[in-house]
Amino acid sequence: MAKQRTAVLGVGQTKYQSTRGDVSMAGLVREAALRALVDAGLEWSDVDAVVIGKAPDFFEGVMMPELYLADALGCVGKPILRVHTAGSVGGSTALVAASLVQGGVHRRVLTIGFEKQSESNATWALSLPQPFSVSINAGAGGYFSPIIRRYMARSGAPDLIGCMVAFKDRQHALRNPYAHLHQHDLTFDQVVEAPMLWDPIRYSETCPSSDGACAMVLGDEAAGDAAAGPVAWVHGAAMRSEANNFPGRDEVNPQASRDCAADVFRQAGISDPRSEIDVVEMYVPFSWYEPMWLESIGFAERDAGWRMVEEGATHLDGGDLPVNCSGGVLSSNPIGASGMIRFAEAALQVRGMAGDHQVEGARRAFGHAYGGGAQYFAMWVVGADRP
Amino acid sequence: MSEAAEGGVRLPESLRGVEPVQSVRTPIRLEYDYRPSASAESYLRAYGEKRIIGHRSPVDGAVFIPPRGVDPRHGVAISEEVDLPDTGHVGNFCVTHLPIPGRKGLEVPYVSAWIHLDGAAVGFLGLVSGCPSDEVRIGMRVRAVWKPDDELGTTAENIRHWEPTGEPDVPLERAGNQSFHAGRGDEAGA
Amino acid sequence: MKPVREVAVVSTAVHQVPALTGTTEVQLMVPLLNAARDAVGLTQADIGFTCSGSSDFLAGQAFSFVQTLDAVGAFPPISESHVEMDGAFALYEAWVKLQAGEVDTALVFSYGKSSPGSLRDVLALQLDPYFLAPLWPPADAVAAIQARLLLEAGKVSGEELAEIAVRSQRNAVGNPNAVRSSPDVAVEDVMAEVPIADPLRPSDLAVESDGGCAIVLAAGDRARQLCGRPAWIRGIDHRIDAHGLGTRDLSRAPSAELAASVAAATADLAIGSLDIAELHSPTTSQEAILIRGLGLGASTEVNPSGGALAANTLMAAGLVRIAEAARRIIDDGADRALAHATSGPCLQQNLVCLMTGV
Repeated sequence: MAKQRTAVLGVGQTKYQSTRGDVSMAGLVREAALRALVDAGLEWSDVDAVVIGKAPDFFEGVMMPELYLADALGCVGKPILRVHTAGSVGGSTALVAASLVQGGVHRRVLTIGFEKQSESNATWALSLPQPFSVSINAGAGGYFSPIIRRYMARSGAPDLIGCMVAFKDRQHALRNPYAHLHQHDLTFDQVVEAPMLWDPIRYSETCPSSDGACAMVLGDEAAGDAAAGPVAWVHGAAMRSEANNFPGRDEVNPQASRDCAADVFRQAGISDPRSEIDVVEMYVPFSWYEPMWLESIGFAERDAGWRMVEEGATHLDGGDLPVNCSGGVLSSNPIGASGMIRFAEAALQVRGMAGDHQVEGARRAFGHAYGGGAQYFAMWVVGADRP
Repeated sequence: MSEAAEGGVRLPESLRGVEPVQSVRTPIRLEYDYRPSASAESYLRAYGEKRIIGHRSPVDGAVFIPPRGVDPRHGVAISEEVDLPDTGHVGNFCVTHLPIPGRKGLEVPYVSAWIHLDGAAVGFLGLVSGCPSDEVRIGMRVRAVWKPDDELGTTAENIRHWEPTGEPDVPLERAGNQSFHAGRGDEAGA
Repeated sequence: MKPVREVAVVSTAVHQVPALTGTTEVQLMVPLLNAARDAVGLTQADIGFTCSGSSDFLAGQAFSFVQTLDAVGAFPPISESHVEMDGAFALYEAWVKLQAGEVDTALVFSYGKSSPGSLRDVLALQLDPYFLAPLWPPADAVAAIQARLLLEAGKVSGEELAEIAVRSQRNAVGNPNAVRSSPDVAVEDVMAEVPIADPLRPSDLAVESDGGCAIVLAAGDRARQLCGRPAWIRGIDHRIDAHGLGTRDLSRAPSAELAASVAAATADLAIGSLDIAELHSPTTSQEAILIRGLGLGASTEVNPSGGALAANTLMAAGLVRIAEAARRIIDDGADRALAHATSGPCLQQNLVCLMTGV
């Protein structure tokens, strides 16, 4: 029972910024969806189904907003699914859409992730008073900082590796017109001198809070062949989840992450990821997660991911494995879309359509998202060649 | 298509010259009336007696805290309560320079830590105080500092914070979630 | 399209009560998940894909489903996904995953614990956030507008709605997961009730409940190994209508009609010839719309469990309908069954699942 081949036919993104006050939620998702359809050379009527994802409903204060968004997404009379897998949701949403094509259920599926954080108050949404427990952590940084601290302790990484990642991603963002942060005058010293928020995480090493949407049109083999422009073929796709807190859990390098990467590379027939992957878009909401995920995914040996950062291996200019050429989550973070942006940017790279942040000759790209307490993982490998 | 794609809005003739609505504010208020689960109730009542209780897994004896009625590795129900000491080690920690929304009386920076009680298989969150924040270490031994008896309630906040005991540290490779090994009894290197 | 693989429900577990007190969502789901897996001799390690449905707005907490993962036993790590939808849609996602052929078994579950909050207020936040939600219309008032349209158009009478209420309460007798039942309630009793949201009376409105549901799916020969008489999913489809209540004909549910016709064509089954139908109708008026719109025949027994009117666990009620219909095939020898799930105001989104015993 073979899976159906699946291709990314089109990608659409909005400009990411702190407030998109000029559009409603419906306007925001429609903007990205339309751009994806235009890129794919398709019309609304060509879409068989829609798969939409976003982070917690409390972020906009609308319960199951896909019900209200059905009209704007041209979905009336069609199937729509709404995915929510914490921070990995943008990636998971793309994978659910892909499974509709892989399973032979639909020929062309529109998938979209969005967040309009300006319409509510994310800090409120994340700190709703919970009974019977003591509130001790301020924000996601408070959760991830200890994990980063442990990585630093066990790998012996120099203190400024995180700053190097942050500076690199902000430089990359200058080459992506959709990126939220365009810090033209930023210097490395400014990154280093930024205030500590959650020691060892500096303000400069955290992601912004953005409004935005990202959409893709996925199609089956016939749709891929019929496309006028280049498409990105799905070579491997997987999700993994693990519990949050249990004895023996390696929170720095979770087994769910390792298993997910191994599954994706197995499907793609990749045995040496570092040499066989040309470009990576990974979910790095705090700078230190770049070296941590490089190791976990298998691009570097354990405790050696930071050396790739130090050597500039992940830089768009001169690196052999450029990471987050779009500027990454550190430069744009509409949470529910952030994972899908990684998947979509990977597709743009192998289609040769990444503009000023294109990696020359990219043939195979890796898209990655994670969420929860580093518990939920979604990954894919896309390629210029039919698998 | 291009019109919407560029984010433009074309108003009908009748709305020409009318001041546009830029945003609407619609406050939302929802009330939830929570009851503690039986396991949460035992846990909170024990705090009122300056006791800390966990749940022992029937699978391999791993003790979970707070007690949530399940071993998350196996999806197995747990009901066996065990008393835990109020000493342990810092499995990991964060020095936070931001206030917590809605939480008063907490000076920044403060140290939040995963506290691994002696005999517990996982950590739970607590504040560390009693030493400068830059002296807190992974593996540092700590004990609970309780509120005075006349201020005790049925709440985890009965423990004001955790302070260093001065004992030798638990080595990095055995600190935190790595400290449990099935069947070894007292795990935390105490 | 014709499904590539045969997929069946091989086990079910349901628990619904008026209000869960002293029990968390995690503690609710542990025994249900174990019951569904144990019934077919599987452990979590044997499950190829896991998918769940729930709502943060019920829990009053962002990322609430993350905690519930503890109930599954997610270590070693599992291939898993979650929808912020009724569990029936999680089942659809799992069915799709099985179609792709990489896995042979799936665990599907969903749960809702609405009792800590006010469901009729929470549901107002499903409405258009700019034009409707700020008015906070209670869910039963929105449904009453639909019911009135139906009555005024002469498409149904008040007595017919009362008959639906009576059937639900009588059928629910003996169903341990129903929270409203009565062996001897009569149409006149219902007609004598004071309306809550005129024209809807208390018996016209589904009873809120807390609870959960777990289902194991298996493909092909694996299903035959695991279960003597699997409930084969012959057709499954879901559709959505426009959201704006003023933009559609509320006396119909076109998306339910379309989903049913697509599922029936796929299954090569006549909807009029089914043995039973489990409908997720939050009001008697919506049940009347569905019975007509889906094209159920006179010989089809509707809601033998009492249906969602007898216990409406938000986020699980649709999956419970699939479980109830499947159980009648697996255990009771029914041959052809329909299960329906809905979401959104006034039957906006609908899923239809057709199952057979052979």
